[in-house]
Amino acid sequence: MEFLGHYNYWIAITLAMIGFYTVIARGNMVKKIIGLNIFQASVFLLYISMGKIEGGTAPIIADGANVYSNPLPHVLILTAIVVGVATTALGLALVVRIREAYGTIEEDEIQALDEPT
Amino acid sequence: MIGAHLPALQVVVPLIAAPLCVLSRRPLAAWTVALIAAWLSLGIAIWLLTQVLDANAPISYALGGWAAPWGIEYRVDAANALVLLIVTAVGAVVVPYALVSTSHEIAPERHHLFYAALMLCLAGLLGIAITGDAFNAFVFLEISSLSSYVLISLGPSRAALTAAFRYLILGTIGATFILIGVGLLYMVTGTLNMADLTYRLAGRGENRTVIVAFAFLTVGITLKLALFPLHLWLPNAYARAPSAVSAFLAATATKVAVYLLLRFVFGIFIAAYALDELPLTAILMPLALIAVFTGSLVAIFQDDVRRMLAYSSVAQVGYIVLGIGFATHTGLTASLIHLFNHAAMKGALFLAMGNVFLRLGSVNLDALAGLGRTMPLTVAAFTLAGLSLIGVPATVGFVSKWYLVVAALERGWWPVAALIVVSSLLAVVYIGRVIEVAYFRPPPERSAPVEAPLSMVVPTWILAGACVYFGLDTSLTIGVASRAATVLLGLAP
Repeated sequence: MEFLGHYNYWIAITLAMIGFYTVIARGNMVKKIIGLNIFQASVFLLYISMGKIEGGTAPIIADGANVYSNPLPHVLILTAIVVGVATTALGLALVVRIREAYGTIEEDEIQALDEPT
Repeated sequence: MIGAHLPALQVVVPLIAAPLCVLSRRPLAAWTVALIAAWLSLGIAIWLLTQVLDANAPISYALGGWAAPWGIEYRVDAANALVLLIVTAVGAVVVPYALVSTSHEIAPERHHLFYAALMLCLAGLLGIAITGDAFNAFVFLEISSLSSYVLISLGPSRAALTAAFRYLILGTIGATFILIGVGLLYMVTGTLNMADLTYRLAGRGENRTVIVAFAFLTVGITLKLALFPLHLWLPNAYARAPSAVSAFLAATATKVAVYLLLRFVFGIFIAAYALDELPLTAILMPLALIAVFTGSLVAIFQDDVRRMLAYSSVAQVGYIVLGIGFATHTGLTASLIHLFNHAAMKGALFLAMGNVFLRLGSVNLDALAGLGRTMPLTVAAFTLAGLSLIGVPATVGFVSKWYLVVAALERGWWPVAALIVVSSLLAVVYIGRVIEVAYFRPPPERSAPVEAPLSMVVPTWILAGACVYFGLDTSLTIGVASRAATVLLGLAP
């Protein structure tokens, strides 16, 4: 039962590995960026999971609610999401520039183009 | 009283300068803004350092008036005051250099954006050094990283784009690992303030989550500081970036990452585990030694001098990490001294290569033939900083190597001390190659290049001069480094 109780951590780890694998294994730069994005998203899940308190509601004062989940990880992750968006945007912008300069976004083809120089 | 807010201004000044650079649009105006911000930052860093040394106690600044464990705390002690000084000093030297250098390498309509990115990078690096909050350090790390990807991608060749992309992928993985590590620490302790983390982890004993956090943080940070075998992003990033950027990043970015490693390892984990129980030496020492040798060996076979210097950076990072691996007071002192010294010499070397690139449009070894006659000042500065890299007495390199060897002997590790000395000989080979070509080969039969303009030669010489000055007068570096090591090891407040 402990395994099931920690299911959100298992999802986070699975997502992290999927993202990590995509970054390493794919030669296509857009896919690499998306893999990186999945990897980061898994960490968001990890943080949000640790803020969860059993029976807790959203941390807003309301009648009948006296247990709240921890808002700090949520705030941290809002910041991390912004960082993630900025990274993705910058990465994709670089891919566009690379496409303009090389005419391809496949890593091995780019390597072949760079070799003679 | 403005003096009380200087810790915040240290980061805020360059941070505000960045949008001002964008708004000013004209290249010269943006440069002026950046110059003022960089010099103001240097002034603040010097003031903070003297303040910390006089008071012999850390300066704590509660951001927004929120008290420490809840709010974000900026905490300046001898260790990060030294790092702040290194970063701002290099920034203050590189910005004046950038005026001529970038105007040759970057299209004029992008100049204001270049200076904005440079200021953001400076703000990020200063933020990592000054903050006392683990998550805040991650955010500043990403600010500096994102702006450095932009700066690298501005390099003159299209290979700069792929170098920046590769750095972006690896840098983000490293930063995400740090994020995971910080999250796990928060899970165990419920706090993000570094001093509070130390306090709460103390005497907690074996805890798997803390060990995993330690592993994630170490891997993440060593990726950012380019320790072998995680250095693959570094050579291309430094070799393809614009000249001013490669000098700035080579002298500051890895240094700040080293500081972060010191802070996490010695500031936080040492509280939970005794010095000998940390699996630190077993991991860092072999990697550092391999880094020193492979970095130097690969450097020998590079024809592009900037790539050669980049590989040499990998080796030099090895020396710095070696000092950390000793996990003794002398070892840490050696690391911190080399942090300062390497910033001066690598900055000077990359700036000198920037001068060459300006006149020749290439930094290949063949192109350098006879340059000792046509660009005497630049080549002399390169030689001086190169000698320092080798560790010739009366230069800063000698001081750091001396302390490293002493630290090795203190521990009784004779083979390590011998390896440090042997590895210096490898530096003789790769620096020697450049000096031989520049001084002893006849210049080719074509229009001879002239010396670079003064606005570039003077910054180069400031850093090259620092290599000699601090090699002779070591009171500042050794004094501050030794006190910083004491602070980091928790032997004194």
